[in-house]
Amino acid sequence: MTPATLRRSYVESTPRERIVALADPGTFREILDPFARCSSPYLAEQGVVAQRDDGVVIGRALLEGRDVGAIAVDGRFLGGSIGEIGGAKIARVLERARDGAFLLLDTGGIRLQEANLGLLAIAEICDAIVALRERAPVVAVIAGRVGCYGGMSIAAALCSQIVMSPVGRFGLNGPEVIEQEAGIEEFDARDRPATWRATGGLRRVAQGHADILVEDDLDDIARTLREAFRATRNRERLSLARLRDRFAESAPA
Amino acid sequence: MQRIVLERAGGTPVTKRAHLGAVASGNLEVLCEPPAGDGATIVVSTSVDGYEPVWRATLERFLEQHFIAAAIEINDFGATPAMVSLRLEQALELAR
Repeated sequence: MTPATLRRSYVESTPRERIVALADPGTFREILDPFARCSSPYLAEQGVVAQRDDGVVIGRALLEGRDVGAIAVDGRFLGGSIGEIGGAKIARVLERARDGAFLLLDTGGIRLQEANLGLLAIAEICDAIVALRERAPVVAVIAGRVGCYGGMSIAAALCSQIVMSPVGRFGLNGPEVIEQEAGIEEFDARDRPATWRATGGLRRVAQGHADILVEDDLDDIARTLREAFRATRNRERLSLARLRDRFAESAPA
Repeated sequence: MQRIVLERAGGTPVTKRAHLGAVASGNLEVLCEPPAGDGATIVVSTSVDGYEPVWRATLERFLEQHFIAAAIEINDFGATPAMVSLRLEQALELAR
């Protein structure tokens, strides 16, 4: 294993740096970059400064020669929240992807400032993931500081495979939401070690809620992403059939 | 939220586009590109109201030190003047 000092940290990288490091060298082509100025029209009227890519980086890239959709959510901007524009960017890339897609998720879920539009966008993303994984791998990576929560945790759960690092967290409701709704006896959101014990990458992989554990290391994640793509192609149809059977069992007509 | 616009005529145009930073706590996003017309234009959107004199001092100093023509957009989320200067220097290094 590479000594920690020589690793290139995923956590410390920007969303664009992450995609570039994970894709085949020199193959990432961004679509709607910040100079396209596709930012949220709803934030300014609520007194919030918008980011010019709406916190989502999308494009096409090669992964071992396969033409895949590349998506990275910027967890630094409004908690990596998904609004109308960012959500539409993700959904369109998934709909047009040829040989699969990878999603670098660092997101708290729906952007509350855009409420129903965010919900709708995430429904579109979920639809697109299910449609794409019928014919190609869709791999989610959860290895950033924010983790993956809310509606986007549902999107991640729909992916063919989930790759996590110990830094990443993955759950439907975030710690603060659980504390607010169920009381501090149920969950103390200030207890950070408890948060990671409950929803961190180590736990999620052990539970089977995520598939592969990686280090906070771009080279390790790049290797693992390729393995996940290779492994998925063989087992995908089988697992989708299993998913349908399980759904039929749990919800008889 | 406050909008601040600064303009100055003349200068050597930057040749490339540069984008860096993020609209995140204590940080800012900078978009720097060759100008449509002549001179330097800096358009700031900041989440913190009431610091226009500090912004003007910081940006005028940057334009004094660099006689450039460029269209610069700043989307700020509470960055300190030092952070603003650093990001502008980075952007210029990439765009020149």
